Amino acid sequence: MTRPSWLPTMIAGVGLILVVSIMMGGASLDASSQIQPAQDEFIPLEQVPPGDQLPAAPLLVAAYILIWLAVLVYVWSIWRRMMTVERELAIMAKSGEDQ
Amino acid sequence: MMAMSARLFSGLLAVAAIMFVGAPILIVGAPYESTMGLIQKIFYFHVPSWIAMFLAVFICGVSSAVYLFRGKASADRLAATAAELAVLFGLMGLTTGPLWAIKAWGVWWQWDARLTMALILELIFIAYIMLRAYGGPGSEKLAAGLALFGMANVPFVYISVNVWRTIHPTTDVLPNLSASAPGMFWPIVWCFLAFLVLFGVLLMARMRLEALRARIDAIHLALEA
Repeated sequence: MTRPSWLPTMIAGVGLILVVSIMMGGASLDASSQIQPAQDEFIPLEQVPPGDQLPAAPLLVAAYILIWLAVLVYVWSIWRRMMTVERELAIMAKSGEDQ
Repeated sequence: MMAMSARLFSGLLAVAAIMFVGAPILIVGAPYESTMGLIQKIFYFHVPSWIAMFLAVFICGVSSAVYLFRGKASADRLAATAAELAVLFGLMGLTTGPLWAIKAWGVWWQWDARLTMALILELIFIAYIMLRAYGGPGSEKLAAGLALFGMANVPFVYISVNVWRTIHPTTDVLPNLSASAPGMFWPIVWCFLAFLVLFGVLLMARMRLEALRARIDAIHLALEA
């Protein structure tokens, strides 16, 4: 069985990517360790920082969507039940005509 | 009679559509509340949904009383219709409330008097529907009794914010709105009316279904006789 000619190139490429990734990962780990030292205690805060607060707009939009969804599902359920009842009435009318 | 009711239904449907298209425009134009900000705008749909729920509960309770004491089948049909609407509008209130609360209070739910009683009211009417669906013969009368208890619960839900200690806004906010915040008053009046019209449309559609079911029952009875 002969070895494909592109195999050494591919192995070298993958190796190069791995080496570069490890180097970059190590560099970013090193940078983050310089910015944020490991915490050894929790410090309580009275107010949530503005950047961490829950945004109001998605909650507001979700509330309106839920209301409309509830109305649409209910209208659909009435329509479905109405179809069933009308079908039953039609069958009864047909059987009445046959008799 | 049928043609008149169909015309009324179409007219109400058109009015409801116009009002619900106009509502977001008015809500966006209304001023922000000073402490709650943008999230307060949930109130324009949240409060009217509870008012519609209370109206449905009242209709269900009164119709159930008429059915229990006079035995009118049409009153029972109206009660069954109103109970479904009570659950629907109650569900709207119970889902929009926590969406407001997580931002305003920092929690989705609080077991205070108002919220707990509102949840119990919703559960009573879910029980009403389940009782009618699975209770077997005679369950209509048991359900009618349950509806009376549900109706008796409404005044307690309404005044709970004034009587017991709770973090929910009190009932004084709305009556004072025209003086304290006129910019918020007309949008909420508009939304109240929109919900009432929607309530009327859904009530008529659901009553039509009950009327058809009654016709089928009448045919079955005539065939058996």
